[in-house]
Amino acid sequence: MISLSINHQKISVQPGTTVLDAARKLKINIPTLCNHPDLCVAGNCRVCVVEQTGARTLIAACAMPVAEGMDIHTNTLKVRNARKHIVELLLSEHRSDCTKCYKNQKCELQALANEFAFGDTIFLDLIEDHQYTIDRSSPSFMKDDSKCIHCQRCVRTCTELQYISAIAVANKGAHQKISSFHDRPMSHVVCTNCGQCVNRCPTGALVEKTYIDQVWDAIYDKEKHVVVQTAPAVRVALGEDLGYNPGERVTGKMVTALRQLGFDSILDTDFTADLTIMEEGTELLTRLKKILVDGDKKLSLPMFTSCSPGWIKFIEHKYPEFLSNLSTCKSPQQMFGALAKTFYASKMKLDPSKIVSVSIMPCTAKKYEADRPEMRSSGYKDIDFVLTTRELAVMIKQAGIDFRNLESSHYDSIMGDSTGAAVIFGATGGVMEAALRTAYEIVTGREVPFANLNITPVRGMEGVKEATIKIEGCTNDWKFLEGVELKVAIAHGLVNANKIMRQVRKGKSPYHFVEIMACPGGCIGGGGQPIPTSMEIRKNRMKAIYSEDEHMVLRKSHENPDVIAIYKEFLGNPNSHASHELLHTHYVERESY
Amino acid sequence: MEKRGLNKVDLIFEKIDAKEVLTKVFKMSPEKIIQQVLDSGLKGRGGAGFPTGLKWKYTAAVKESEKYIVCNADEGEPGTFKDREILDKVAYKVYGGMVIAGKAIGAKKGIVYLRGEYRFMLPQLMIELESFHKLIKQIGFEFKINYCLGSGAYICGEESALFESVEGGRGEPRNKPPYPTTSGVFNKPTAINNVETLVTAMMIITHGPESYSHLGTKDSRGSKVFSVSGDTPTPGIFELELGMSVQEFVNEFGDGDTKAVQVGGASGFCVPRKKFGSTIIGFEGVPTGGSMKLFNSSRSMYNVLHNYLDFFAEESCGQCTPCRVGCQQLLKGVQKVKKGEVKTTYLNELIKLADTMKVASKCGLGQSVGNAFRTIVENFREEIIY
Repeated sequence: MISLSINHQKISVQPGTTVLDAARKLKINIPTLCNHPDLCVAGNCRVCVVEQTGARTLIAACAMPVAEGMDIHTNTLKVRNARKHIVELLLSEHRSDCTKCYKNQKCELQALANEFAFGDTIFLDLIEDHQYTIDRSSPSFMKDDSKCIHCQRCVRTCTELQYISAIAVANKGAHQKISSFHDRPMSHVVCTNCGQCVNRCPTGALVEKTYIDQVWDAIYDKEKHVVVQTAPAVRVALGEDLGYNPGERVTGKMVTALRQLGFDSILDTDFTADLTIMEEGTELLTRLKKILVDGDKKLSLPMFTSCSPGWIKFIEHKYPEFLSNLSTCKSPQQMFGALAKTFYASKMKLDPSKIVSVSIMPCTAKKYEADRPEMRSSGYKDIDFVLTTRELAVMIKQAGIDFRNLESSHYDSIMGDSTGAAVIFGATGGVMEAALRTAYEIVTGREVPFANLNITPVRGMEGVKEATIKIEGCTNDWKFLEGVELKVAIAHGLVNANKIMRQVRKGKSPYHFVEIMACPGGCIGGGGQPIPTSMEIRKNRMKAIYSEDEHMVLRKSHENPDVIAIYKEFLGNPNSHASHELLHTHYVERESY
Repeated sequence: MEKRGLNKVDLIFEKIDAKEVLTKVFKMSPEKIIQQVLDSGLKGRGGAGFPTGLKWKYTAAVKESEKYIVCNADEGEPGTFKDREILDKVAYKVYGGMVIAGKAIGAKKGIVYLRGEYRFMLPQLMIELESFHKLIKQIGFEFKINYCLGSGAYICGEESALFESVEGGRGEPRNKPPYPTTSGVFNKPTAINNVETLVTAMMIITHGPESYSHLGTKDSRGSKVFSVSGDTPTPGIFELELGMSVQEFVNEFGDGDTKAVQVGGASGFCVPRKKFGSTIIGFEGVPTGGSMKLFNSSRSMYNVLHNYLDFFAEESCGQCTPCRVGCQQLLKGVQKVKKGEVKTTYLNELIKLADTMKVASKCGLGQSVGNAFRTIVENFREEIIY
């Protein structure tokens, strides 16, 4: 243990602890900016400088490991002067149109300015010396360099967590900036639109592209029938933007709020999550049969899930030779979109051209996905607008809804029913667990052999998880699987996806089925989720997801009565011709630079 | 105050028998080599002045099979051109110093990080390196030197930015600790020394530490190669004993009208005429990596300062706030003062900013911008304003 003193308080901590963490243990607050718990230490904003007795310069608390006998002071005149200067310097290169900014009151620089830099401006405006253009090319997010404070959180996120490096630091000195490959627009580089950078940007330099006004216009348009769907991970995180603690479920209140906002049909992506399990589970079993029994050489294993549009774009760019390993299932959002303007329209006797389909997603890549040309199987744009969890919170605030005091209510019928298997889609491992609950039962006629249906080996925050399930007691149709040890893996965060893919490329992947989610923690940690998101917050949201599952009466996708009904009335069987028309898609090879 | 006067020395460019010296070194223990360098009182010749023997001692103490000697030949300080001359004339002594350092710390690999603009020297340097490799192989050393070229960024002369550059990354300084002695290039223990330091170390081993420590003053032992430029009738490279005053220097090199000397380049200090007599060139006064630039009365110190600030605003890596934004603010600030667009008292705010940069910047670049700024503004305030 290392003993040191911070503001005259003694503390002993493990070697390797930073001065910042030691201070936090003492409940001494040191302001930070470039620091983020998910990322490596940068030590470049210098907001966290503190004074160490005997040191020539101030030290960055986030980057300095503790040393025996250190005497640290966090609030001396020298420290305060430096901090004020640093915040003022950042403000001088930041276009402070705060009242108009999407991040107003959610901006970390603004909060610091409020503490350290109120009153007269010290330094000269540097914005006028630079030429800035806002990159609006991506359908998912916008990049405004005039608000960038060069903390490099986005760069570290894109490299360390996502293994993409769509954005990187370019140039030096006054010309240093966060740029893309050859300064191309973000829509034309290898970017998965995952929005993890957006989620970590402390200012308004990276924000999602908002479609709030377009959605309001649709709601106010009397001609239009506005259908809204909500993704599983939204209900466990929306509360954070409305004054709740991380991990508090607000499903019922959210449904009521959507109704009050004026949406015409409040439906649930969970319904198509259940449908995804039917389609993808069947696809997996069929693929196994074709490979193991029919000796089909054109197909190969593992089969990958396809719910995460960030992951889809990743494999399209980086491992296009394995596109045929992807499940052809659309994501639940897009299955929903295709059905809303066909099945739902006919059931409700609506003119599909008058339906506006909105989805609330924890994700920014979903905005991109909705724009893909493949996603028009209803004859219209299947999903018109995608809003993030954060945008929904904005709408609720705009409408003046007293969210905390709302009564809970239920989703509308037909495409609003779901099971616990669908809700866990929101957490890493959830799709796998849901698929196993159904597939195992199809094959053996019995429930998965895990207590209370909780397949714990596929849960948790480990980057790559794996599990083996021995299939025993198969029914006659599935005898070929008797005794087979089904090997599955789950990866979340693209850096982990890349580990799986490397193994696949080497031909050394032992798995039959792999679930991959682009974002750390799965959708609960999505780029469109409330800010901040950290490991602790993701864990709380994950707990909420599993508790939502446990509170459901039905917890297996194939038991969803709406799902049973839609096959009976509309689709026929899983992987039928009708499902292929509406619920399945294909992928595109993209350039890798 | 110890005063030594201006004495020319011939040590760095002195011809020696490398084979003889290195054969002697081959039989010496690492401890003995380090002790001799410690005894000599040699401090790093790049400018920062860390005791070389201590650096080697720390690196030697780290238990690790793979260690590196890095020769910092990224000579980028404005007004410095002595490393080019040294590499041009006595590259074998640079390599020799690396082998000695390697023996001292237990390293088998050396890297010379050569300034991008010196690319033209590489063919000749490689020829000399080849014969040097043959020589040390004969003696029995297991040591291999490689070259790595910079790409023109000033910041890559900062040791940890240099490591990043060698590794193929952006030239951005790292957080310290860890220091290079434990985690340098490729995260291995590394002793990184300036070109001149390595040659000096070889000369210390050649002639013994006593004769070397006899030169100079208590705080600044030995001699140093100076790059003299600016308003002087005799620009060039001169090896001088440390401990002279700026006055003595100006008496030798000035043109009779010297009003200021910039000691240590853009990151160094400006000494005005009234302080020539009381300022010693060395670690007890104004330290220098070798750059000595003289200005006569025809020069506008505003232009001089503007030039330096322009340089820093360009050459900051842009990573940390105080340096990236601070350099731009200082530059724009003096421009506005000059144009009369802000009050002249704004210079006081800028001096405070320079002080913040000195204590809050991540690396030596940002920390030293304030040196030139403060000394020029304080001594030539009227030239900045009017």
